[in-house]
Amino acid sequence: MENKIERKGQVIFSGYKYGEGIKKALKLSPQDILFELRESKLRGRGGAGFPTSTKWMLTAATLDPEKYLICNADEGEPGTFKDRVLLTEYFNLVFDGMVIGGYTIKAKYGILYLRGEYKYMVPDIEAHLEKMRKDNLLGKSILGKEDFNFDIEIRLGTGAYICGEETALIESLEGSRGEARNRPPFPVNRGYMGKPSSVNNVETFANIPFIVMKGGKWYSKLGTEKSTGTKLFSVSGDCEKPDVYELPWGTKVSELLELVGAKNTKAVQVGGASGQCIPKSQFDRMLAYEDLSTGGSIKIFNESRNMLHILKNFMEFFVEESCGQCVPCRVGNVKLLEGTEMLLKGEFTFEYINKLKELGRTMKIASKCGLGQSSPNPFLSILENFKDEVFNQGMEE
Amino acid sequence: MEDKNKNRVPLGQKPHIVEKPKDPSGIGGTITVEINEKKVTVPMGTTILEACRENQIHIPTLCYHDDLCFAGVCRLCVVEVEGMATLAAACAFPITAPIKIKTSSPKVRRARKHVIDLLLSEHYGECYSCIRNNNCELQSLAKEYGVTDYTFGHIEKKRYEIDDSSFSIIRDLDKCVLCKRCVRTCIDLQEVGVLEAIGRGHETHIGTFLDKPLADVICINCGQCINRCPTGALHEKEISNEIWEAIDDPTKHVVIQTAPSPRAAIGEEFGLEPGHSMTFKMNTALKRIGFDAVFDTNFTADLTIIEEGTELLMRLYKALVNKDESVKLPQFTSCSPGWVKYLEHFYPEYVEHLSSAKSPQQMFGALLKTYYAKKLKLDPSKIVSCAVMPCSAKKFECNRPEMNDSGYQDVDYGLTTRELAKMIKEAGIHLPEMPDSHFDNPFGDASGAGLIFGATGGVMEAAIRSVIEFITGDKAEEIFEGMNVMPVRGFDGIKYAEIKIDHVGPVPDLIKHLVPNWDWVKGATLKVAVAHGTANAKKVMDDIRAGGKFSQCHFIEFMACPGGCLGGGGQPIPTNEEIRKKRAQAIYAEDAGLELRKSHENPSIIQTYKEFLTDGPCGHIAHKLLHTHYTVRGKYIA
Ligand SMILES: Cc1cc2nc3c(=O)[nH]c(=O)nc-3n(C[C@H](O)[C@H](O)[C@H](O)COP(=O)(O)O)c2cc1C
Repeated sequence: MENKIERKGQVIFSGYKYGEGIKKALKLSPQDILFELRESKLRGRGGAGFPTSTKWMLTAATLDPEKYLICNADEGEPGTFKDRVLLTEYFNLVFDGMVIGGYTIKAKYGILYLRGEYKYMVPDIEAHLEKMRKDNLLGKSILGKEDFNFDIEIRLGTGAYICGEETALIESLEGSRGEARNRPPFPVNRGYMGKPSSVNNVETFANIPFIVMKGGKWYSKLGTEKSTGTKLFSVSGDCEKPDVYELPWGTKVSELLELVGAKNTKAVQVGGASGQCIPKSQFDRMLAYEDLSTGGSIKIFNESRNMLHILKNFMEFFVEESCGQCVPCRVGNVKLLEGTEMLLKGEFTFEYINKLKELGRTMKIASKCGLGQSSPNPFLSILENFKDEVFNQGMEE
Repeated sequence: MEDKNKNRVPLGQKPHIVEKPKDPSGIGGTITVEINEKKVTVPMGTTILEACRENQIHIPTLCYHDDLCFAGVCRLCVVEVEGMATLAAACAFPITAPIKIKTSSPKVRRARKHVIDLLLSEHYGECYSCIRNNNCELQSLAKEYGVTDYTFGHIEKKRYEIDDSSFSIIRDLDKCVLCKRCVRTCIDLQEVGVLEAIGRGHETHIGTFLDKPLADVICINCGQCINRCPTGALHEKEISNEIWEAIDDPTKHVVIQTAPSPRAAIGEEFGLEPGHSMTFKMNTALKRIGFDAVFDTNFTADLTIIEEGTELLMRLYKALVNKDESVKLPQFTSCSPGWVKYLEHFYPEYVEHLSSAKSPQQMFGALLKTYYAKKLKLDPSKIVSCAVMPCSAKKFECNRPEMNDSGYQDVDYGLTTRELAKMIKEAGIHLPEMPDSHFDNPFGDASGAGLIFGATGGVMEAAIRSVIEFITGDKAEEIFEGMNVMPVRGFDGIKYAEIKIDHVGPVPDLIKHLVPNWDWVKGATLKVAVAHGTANAKKVMDDIRAGGKFSQCHFIEFMACPGGCLGGGGQPIPTNEEIRKKRAQAIYAEDAGLELRKSHENPSIIQTYKEFLTDGPCGHIAHKLLHTHYTVRGKYIA
């Protein structure tokens, strides 16, 4: 598959020399790296935006000698393809970032959990890992540092969206059905094989070498106060240049739309299927954890699109991709899908739709994992933001 | 304590994820939290659910079960924890910080109501046409939360076919709420692992390997899943209609044998607290229902002790005296059909260790259509032989093709305690009000040894009471205080005991033709073990396979169900360790009050050998009728 990168920003695509970050990192102590990381205010790029320094600190602080560092390359969020770009052309960054992570949290094992559909990448990645081993950047006593052994293993997923959720990912790694676990305990305390594990997104790792090289302060100056650095956005839908863009956090939706050549835009879905759908009136909002948070997916819809068709599509996705273990998600999504179909036919009562909205709010707080907790987002946001359109269908036909 | 933390459960569901301190009174051992603005102090690692229960705060649950590891999937027990964006599942949330909890806030109540509404929307059928009507957790929850209509609709078409392939267990997935208690029971509590969730999203359902019918997979029919199913999705294959038909047919002579465990539990079906023994009231009820004769399975339990005990002595004799290396030791008990099938599937190379003695149910069946028929001049083809058992696997057992040594199917119908309770109710009888009546002759006597078969360790205790007297000539009550063999009692998953034989007596008449004297056991130590629940059986078997301590035992009692038969898959629902303990108490109390407490002293047994099994224990007649063989099954599924 061909990758296209439309806009190279100041971090990820700014150029990097293989192994540099590891060399620098090994001259520092793990504490130093954690300090820089905290200064950088880097937050996880997998969607939830958890501060990476905190996650690593918690994992590093556990006494268990056996720990795991897991790279989440499941990239299952519809409309996201930025990890694919990183893993095909920039694995330098990702794996250097993992080695630095292994050094920081004192893990011996790294696991790349690769989306099944990305199997074709395995030979290239293996070759790269082999090269790293030859160059003593991976394996035993890395760069001569006696007590630092770290290696990376590739494990393939089998195409379930839920397996991107970190605890379901861990279950899948252990050979069980991909189902989210109860929390607490969190993976940083009890993760893979019951051992402390840090699960991070591909892009999160890709940022690490730069933070080590240029310092946390430098990094924190990019983006906004609460969302530092740059972000890779996977832009798709009704626009001229649907590609991967590296932009600083804080970029306005309208700016992005201009950049990608989007015309007559009616709605933008920020954050994939489980994200929010915003109308024109909100296009001056910014892409940032504190406003419109996203793991990278931006879908653009122009005036020709029917919002209910879009919603139906999302809800069908969730009905199918729910792991099926908890009631709110397994059954709730079916009810929201049925509600969407009612709206499409124009056969609904407001009373029932309001009940469904209430159900959606319950799903957000009562579901077991992030899937069910966010799957009502498109339903709730489309019904809220596109009232005129969604409540007047079926009747026209 | 039965161990809740087994091996095969996915790590994410292990219950004691946060270990509780061994000594909560130590520093940092406890923590104070606020529940509904009330301060309570609990040991570190206590779950919110446990903390609430200890403080009389009711939290509704569905996927949680006292016997099982956590799932946290139904989301009914959700509570608000201050500072958390989402609700927490009380059952799976270990307390490790001084949190503030609200158990009944508007958000919480709304969420619970939503969960119930969602479940009901997919729950096919109506309560009044369900086997679990009035004993269904979903139904109770609907009542508790004031459900009066179907907020999100109600499913009108069945989505799944009923799986009635098994002799024992029926699966009706349209009633399933996917709480996965059955899955956890099967894989974690029992370590059988036949059931698992299959499919994703809305298509998720509980299935077997490749969704095969239950009869074609390695299900051992223990029915523990039934006991823990909150709804009617799992139940025994009911045969009461067939029995009613037989009773109503004047040409049929319908008899029933009753095992010890149903009596200790059936009161629960009539609103009594667990732990009431209903033996003689049940006899009256059975007569009033219309059974022509009511027999006590304890009689054939006594017979089992004689046959199985003799077999053990013979094996020991052959091994120790004849130095016959083909003799298989330890000998395993064979009265639990769930255990037998478990062994046939999981440790097929050990089937020859099973005692060839049939279970008490099957011995009775064989005698009824031969000895009894002859004695009463009945046409055996007109005898309908029923058995009320605490067990779902007994239904499978009586249908095993080899169980027809009488020339007919030895036992026609195995009936669970629950089914019998229904028959009694249908006959308009309120069991607790019944007067007492006795068992029928010619098998009117049964010993306490047969009775305690119902509890884990009971078979072993009964065997010890007889075998020790056979060998030493001493009275069992002189060796064990109150005749209670304490080391094999109790609910520890695995029990082990050694009995030193320092002197021997004369060989009793009954088996004189088999062993000349006891000199060869003098000074020996009899080593025995007891395991209940197949997860514990697995531990023992793995140890034997590895040549460990249990491989040195002479005799091991295995029961498929936790607690033994009293915790069987045919017993009243609900079940938990407390209930099982009360049933055990009822059984042991009844034994303690009996005159006759040793199998070999049972006059009916002595008479049966005299009149019918004339060539004695393990003789030709006994072998033909009372002994059986097993099937090497393995785990391969065609
Ligand atoms: C349904 C679901 C799917 C997810 N899929 C992914 C994914 O494909 N890739 C990913 O990195 N994180 C995914 N996540 C987020 C992970 O659970 C986790 O937060 C993330 O891997 C942590 O990495 P980070 O801290 O670097 O963001 C998903 C979460 C949910 C609830």
